[in-house]
Amino acid sequence: MIKFNINDTEVEVEPGCTVLEAARQYGIEIPTLCYHESVAPSGACRLCMVELKDGNWSKLVASCIYPAAEGINIYTETERVHNVRKWLFEMLLSKCPGSNEIKEMASKYGVTSTQFPIENTDEKCMLCGLCTRVCEEVVGLSAISIVDRGVHKKIGSPFLVPSDVCVACGCCVTICPTGAMSARIDAVRRTPDVTLTPLAL
Amino acid sequence: MSNGNTAISIDSIRLNSLEDLNTLRQNIIDKHDPNKPEVLICHGTGCIANGSVEVIDAFKKICADADIDAKIMPGIKATGCQGLCSKGPLVLIKPQGLFYQKVKASDVEDIIQKTIIKNEPVERLLYKDPKTGKPIKTEEEIPYYSLQKRVILKNIGKIDPTSIHDKIAVGGYQALAKALKTMTPEEVVTEVANSGLRGRGGAGFPTGRKWQGALKAVEKKGGPVYVVVNGDEGDPGAFMDCAIMEGDPHAVLEGLILGAYALGANKGYLYIRAEYPLAVKHLEMAMEQARAHGLLGDNILNSGFSFDAQINRGAGAFVCGESTALFTSIEGKAGTPRPKYVRSVEEGLWGNPTVLNNVETWANIPLIIKKGADWYSSIGTPKSTGTKVFCLVGKVNNVGLVEVPMGTPITKIVDEIGGGIPSGKPFKAVQTGGPSGGCIPNKLKDTPMDFDSLTDAGAMMGSGAMIVMDEHDCVVDIGRYFLRFLEEESCGKCIPCRLGLTKMREILDNFSAGKGKIEDIETLQSLAKAIQDGALCALGTSAPNPCLTTIKFFKDEYLAHINDQKCPAGVCKELITYSIDPDACTGCRSCARLCPENCITGKKKEPHVINADKCIRCGICLETCKFDAVQVN
Repeated sequence: MIKFNINDTEVEVEPGCTVLEAARQYGIEIPTLCYHESVAPSGACRLCMVELKDGNWSKLVASCIYPAAEGINIYTETERVHNVRKWLFEMLLSKCPGSNEIKEMASKYGVTSTQFPIENTDEKCMLCGLCTRVCEEVVGLSAISIVDRGVHKKIGSPFLVPSDVCVACGCCVTICPTGAMSARIDAVRRTPDVTLTPLAL
Repeated sequence: MSNGNTAISIDSIRLNSLEDLNTLRQNIIDKHDPNKPEVLICHGTGCIANGSVEVIDAFKKICADADIDAKIMPGIKATGCQGLCSKGPLVLIKPQGLFYQKVKASDVEDIIQKTIIKNEPVERLLYKDPKTGKPIKTEEEIPYYSLQKRVILKNIGKIDPTSIHDKIAVGGYQALAKALKTMTPEEVVTEVANSGLRGRGGAGFPTGRKWQGALKAVEKKGGPVYVVVNGDEGDPGAFMDCAIMEGDPHAVLEGLILGAYALGANKGYLYIRAEYPLAVKHLEMAMEQARAHGLLGDNILNSGFSFDAQINRGAGAFVCGESTALFTSIEGKAGTPRPKYVRSVEEGLWGNPTVLNNVETWANIPLIIKKGADWYSSIGTPKSTGTKVFCLVGKVNNVGLVEVPMGTPITKIVDEIGGGIPSGKPFKAVQTGGPSGGCIPNKLKDTPMDFDSLTDAGAMMGSGAMIVMDEHDCVVDIGRYFLRFLEEESCGKCIPCRLGLTKMREILDNFSAGKGKIEDIETLQSLAKAIQDGALCALGTSAPNPCLTTIKFFKDEYLAHINDQKCPAGVCKELITYSIDPDACTGCRSCARLCPENCITGKKKEPHVINADKCIRCGICLETCKFDAVQVN
């Protein structure tokens, strides 16, 4: 077993556990959007950043992917953590103003408005990649992937053409943390008249 | 295989020992007459752009047609970058060592008639001392070269990079043969560790420690282990890795093979950006020649050690210079980085222990093995040993490749080697480390160029670009430029980098349009901190550096943009106006003729006037005026 400290309280977890998993076992809240236990963590949304301190030295790490290690000191509510979180929520509120899930989470952490410009009021997708990861890792199809690069990134099937590879299992819709995929799935599958499996509905 | 450069045909004579290599080397040296004229023409990217290919063709044609005694018939060699790019195309004439600059194809006849046949210099092609105007004959006498310490660049510009025999003649593969014969792999690692060599890619991680980490990982979880060359150089203004790969490809290859021997790797990758076709070509040729000579492939020099490498070309993404993104790219996926909480030496390519080093780092390895760790660590500073190759670019007289010991002060590089800035005034700032680095002001010009001093100054060594700026460069504009570059190059995986950089750039856009507010500076610093703390890879975490250092060192200039709506450097278009000084204007009409908006009026030989409402501030009039009559306000 590995023993370390979160917010000055000792926790004990199995080897191979991440800091986020440890925190959740002990009921310590850390916000996440791109994390889901059924797929490998990717560390993309950065909401789960926590501060790792060693004496006067410290740095921020993504708890969803940082391995728990003997004796480390983790802090989940420091000024640096709050600064990153605040800005991330402001960015998310501007990019995904259509997502109630994001609005609710941001307001829980005290962010209700954004200084960033709002481009598309309906947009819900924050490109966390959970949909593509579940399609690759759990379903084993990779019917969808992240297309293009940087600010031009989007989720889609190859060449953005609806594809028969998609079996309409609905895993991507289920796992999507912002509700974006339910509106998008019909642009991915070639035969949209097939009813989605009950799981997704 | 080769188009412009005719390679020496590969002798498929396999070398089986250090003795074989020495015999071949002696044969090559014996065959070469040191008194016979030789023409070395720079075939680096800068000189090619200035017409060096035509110069090479002219030499070949004129030599073939001219009636030259066989004894003085010159050997003609296309070499790698000779270094002084702003004076290219460069030509070196041996045995006299004459250094000719800005050579055109039309000058070749003169060079052959005067220098080759009559042994006289062509006066007009010699380098002139910028201060005294006196011509200088040889490279060794030119301060730009004499003030440098060329260790890595020693052979670049002197040998034909497409010929393994040229390389063997100057001592190539001696280190490899020595290590295979007399050193254990552990001794090679220890030698590298003792040399104090730190990674030349920018972060300066001790190379020996990285190798030791990989060995420990192999011990723990078993092989295979990979060695990788990072040749995805992409910083604006940086071209040293390009010059090394193009001009001395065998140095990189020998370093890689030595690393493979030290770490027990049998497979290596050279990841080179696709925009460097000549580097790819020269390395491909080098590998083919090395294989034919038994220096690469199965049972190298009959030692029992086998290693081979392959070239992977990058597809043009700047982020693929980041180690983990580079690995995902080699693995055949989109080049996005992954968190480095488990280090690459433990889990790199396909999850196996991997040692990735920069081109220049690999090129240092043969020197360390050949000359020893003590020799190497005697150069530079105790904590940053050896030399560093810098690319001196921007507003500086001598643009080109500069190699100096680590710890050389900025002023020595810019003002002495670089010959200062064209206007003769002190430089305003130097941007080191490209888009991840910082902007160092003139008042810190004595800062030594080594890893730790630069980090203390808020900048970073980076890969080695030094962009020199003068009083006509606006710091807000510099910040915008680098942010726009990184915004385009962000892979988009993590939110702070994908969205945060755009916001930072938009705030700077407002400054340069005179719409900034004083509290925006604080917003910018808070957002920058969130990006530094929150981004996934070094592209994002270092992206705010240029903006933050300019705010730190040039706050007055930011305040002038915000409070007075003025751009002191005269760059930000929305804050400047052009006008014509009636006393200086001669009415020559040059500016009026070229103005794309036809907004300059006036009669011939009478002072002209610019209509400020129609002017788009393109600056053509300013560049055109020979009488300094156009003013920026």
